[in-house]
Amino acid sequence: MRSHRNNRVWAIPALVAAACLIAVACGGSSKKAAPTPSSVTSTTAPPTFPAGTTMANIQAKGKIVIGIKYDQPGVGQRNPTNNAFEGFDVDIAKLMAVGIFGGTKETVDSKIEFKEAVSKNREPFLQNGDVDIVVASYTINDTRKKVVDFAGPYLLAHQDILVKTADNSIKAVADLNGKKVCSVQGSTSEKNVVAKAPKAELVSFDDYSKCTEALTDGRVVAVTTDGPILAGYVAKSNGAFKVLNAPFTDEPYGIGLKKGDDVFRAFLNDRLEKIEADGQWAKAFEATLGKLGLAVPTPPPIDRYGTAGASSTTTSSSTTTTSVKTPPANTVAPVEDTTTLPAEETTTTPTTTP
Amino acid sequence: MQIVLDNLGGYGDAMVVTVELTLLSFVAAFIIGVVMAVFRVSPVAPLRAVATFWVETLRNTPVIVLLFLFFFGLTKVGVRYSAFTSAVIVLSAYTSTFVAETVSSGINSVAKGQAEAGRALGLTFPQLLGLIVLPQALRTVVAPLGSVFIALIKNSAIAGFFTVLDIFGFAERLVNANAQPAPILAGAAVAYLILSLPAGWVVGLLERRVAIKR
Amino acid sequence: MSRLAPPTSFLGDELGPRGRRRVATATVVSVVLIAAVVVVAAMRFSDNGQFRADLWRPFTEWRFLHFLLGGFVNTLKAAAVAMVLAMAIGAVMALTRLGDHRAVRWPAVAYVEFFRALPLLLLIYFTFVALPPLGLHPSVFQALVLGLAIYNGAVLGEIFRAGILSLDKGQGEAAAAIGLSRRQAMITVIFPQAARRMAPAIVSQLITLLKDTALGVLIGFDDALARAKIIGTFSNNVLQSYMFVALCYIAVNLVLSRISHRLEVQQRRLGAAPIDVVGIDDLAVMSIQASAGADG
Repeated sequence: MRSHRNNRVWAIPALVAAACLIAVACGGSSKKAAPTPSSVTSTTAPPTFPAGTTMANIQAKGKIVIGIKYDQPGVGQRNPTNNAFEGFDVDIAKLMAVGIFGGTKETVDSKIEFKEAVSKNREPFLQNGDVDIVVASYTINDTRKKVVDFAGPYLLAHQDILVKTADNSIKAVADLNGKKVCSVQGSTSEKNVVAKAPKAELVSFDDYSKCTEALTDGRVVAVTTDGPILAGYVAKSNGAFKVLNAPFTDEPYGIGLKKGDDVFRAFLNDRLEKIEADGQWAKAFEATLGKLGLAVPTPPPIDRYGTAGASSTTTSSSTTTTSVKTPPANTVAPVEDTTTLPAEETTTTPTTTP
Repeated sequence: MQIVLDNLGGYGDAMVVTVELTLLSFVAAFIIGVVMAVFRVSPVAPLRAVATFWVETLRNTPVIVLLFLFFFGLTKVGVRYSAFTSAVIVLSAYTSTFVAETVSSGINSVAKGQAEAGRALGLTFPQLLGLIVLPQALRTVVAPLGSVFIALIKNSAIAGFFTVLDIFGFAERLVNANAQPAPILAGAAVAYLILSLPAGWVVGLLERRVAIKR
Repeated sequence: MSRLAPPTSFLGDELGPRGRRRVATATVVSVVLIAAVVVVAAMRFSDNGQFRADLWRPFTEWRFLHFLLGGFVNTLKAAAVAMVLAMAIGAVMALTRLGDHRAVRWPAVAYVEFFRALPLLLLIYFTFVALPPLGLHPSVFQALVLGLAIYNGAVLGEIFRAGILSLDKGQGEAAAAIGLSRRQAMITVIFPQAARRMAPAIVSQLITLLKDTALGVLIGFDDALARAKIIGTFSNNVLQSYMFVALCYIAVNLVLSRISHRLEVQQRRLGAAPIDVVGIDDLAVMSIQASAGADG
């Protein structure tokens, strides 16, 4: 009787485990997006790069590793049903990869390995070399510039607030004082809300999907981060959430790369200018954030900080706080002449908590 | 190093939180664990089944998965507690399985003669358990229970991942705000050592005083 | 012995008629109470719409299962590599600690005592964020495996040491008598026998290690738990996703613990005493000892 009983109890977990193992053996653990049949409209042949540059190394490796967000619909999201990656950041990332490997946005999938880069892991990933670039709603600011470099900005977002649709008690960031608000560890959103609403009770998780869960569950009454990210959650919420449209900061999104790699940064900036000029940037926006109801803006001017002789007029986009009225995205405000760029970099507006 | 000294107050508060977490969870785990152990050895079959189910499910799942399930999953059915309370509940449930295993092995190690003598005196099952078996069983398992307690001190760090400001949570916040992970985390390690080393000594002391060596 | 068999051994003798009646009443009452709890839980679930088919359907679809199980592959990979490393470290620690000279013993003692006293979560986090400023740049996988190996190496060191010490002294003496050097004796006589004794405890530690790989989500490891989270937020079925992944873990660990149990029963039949691992604060190892007692 003992062995009979034992066998029966054995069987069920053994079957489940065996099923798991067989499933895994038959499938792969590929994180690459499934290759889609491409209706090729325009192919670009892979360019050649001078030996020793990061671009040449990436080409030689045969793949580029890119850190993105996995849980921000419209910006960077991983789709578990087909292991595809979707969103504006993802499209920008793919367009960068096309600049190295040629082909089109659709065919370059096989050359990209995506990794989830939650906010607080973005700098370690770049410093460790875990990823080649980070395109993950990554706000450019001076504190971060101390440890990583940025190409771009490729989008000017603004921090806003997400609440339940039925909640009318919160109209602006000052209303958050005394309330529980959620943000993400290691993000500028976290620092900004503490600066603007010092009496707010901040709850921080490591990603925004946990924040929206907390909002649904009533653990917090508001979630604060950049408008594009919030727009994605509103779309997913089927009317349960709304964005206040009371933006209170500037968040220039940049492509993060390892500090000191000026050649790579120049390449990425050139590539960004190209896709902004030939319409691919706007198309990507329309296909992702545009579908969430956001109007296609003009791309912000690229900031080639630290390089002498940068041809484009630059805006000092290193402020993250202080400005109450946000300038419209397409205003170019030439602050200083390019020759004084180094000085520009060091005049840091006091960032809140270091 | 300076960064640790600047934040000594924060470390201290965080240690208090860790101690609270550990003590509350241990007390609850102990109670639940003893109950489950008794169920395990009870002649009532459904109670044995409950104990087996409880132990096997909770012991074989990672604590962090249990926390996710409890904190984010069960809120969908209306079970919603603060991060601290959720951590206490989950840690208690998880640790109770080890208490149950330990105590039930202790019960079985009590010499049969004890139970037989008790039956000869006409004691009922509850009296047998409460007056004769459990007191001896618990004294036997002081050392393993002490190990469970120390393991709980370490497992409590998972609460820091869910916004609780215990030693780990506090250290993580500091690291995110300043770029000096090594001294900050070394400080956290010292904080845990300050808690676990004395705990080990106390357990050793207790064992020498109380335990029955079999 | 089946875990559900009534341990009348504890009570000493069979129950008389009154006793049997009491047990029968208690059985009925407890069944009713358990049923009540289950019904209340089920009602809570259904009142909140958690039984809706669309919340559960993703887990009947291959594309979701494939995605989730891909995460399990990563979990198993990390666990396997960490286990091998940990066993190597553990063997070194055990042998060093049993060495002749105090100067050699002391570092091993320090290593074991220090790393066993720290939370594994802290160790993993440390390997990920604190090494880069020192020049080392471990990937997420490497940091996780390193953290796991360092900690479990300390625990396995103690297990190995207990295993070696549990052998009859006669073995070592006989080996010396036939002229084997200490090192040869260790390798050919002592360690193989000790290894067989330690097998159940080692498998048990593997279970713990498998569970601990889930801590990798802290540093962004793409494992089963991380993928369950993605499925949950994508399909709005967080509760179901976490329940499902918990079930997977339970299934895998149940199989492993059955293996460990079988190994241990085999050991006992061969006459080997279960290893005395009191004093090791690893719960899985203790539970082996506990269940050894429970079935005895």
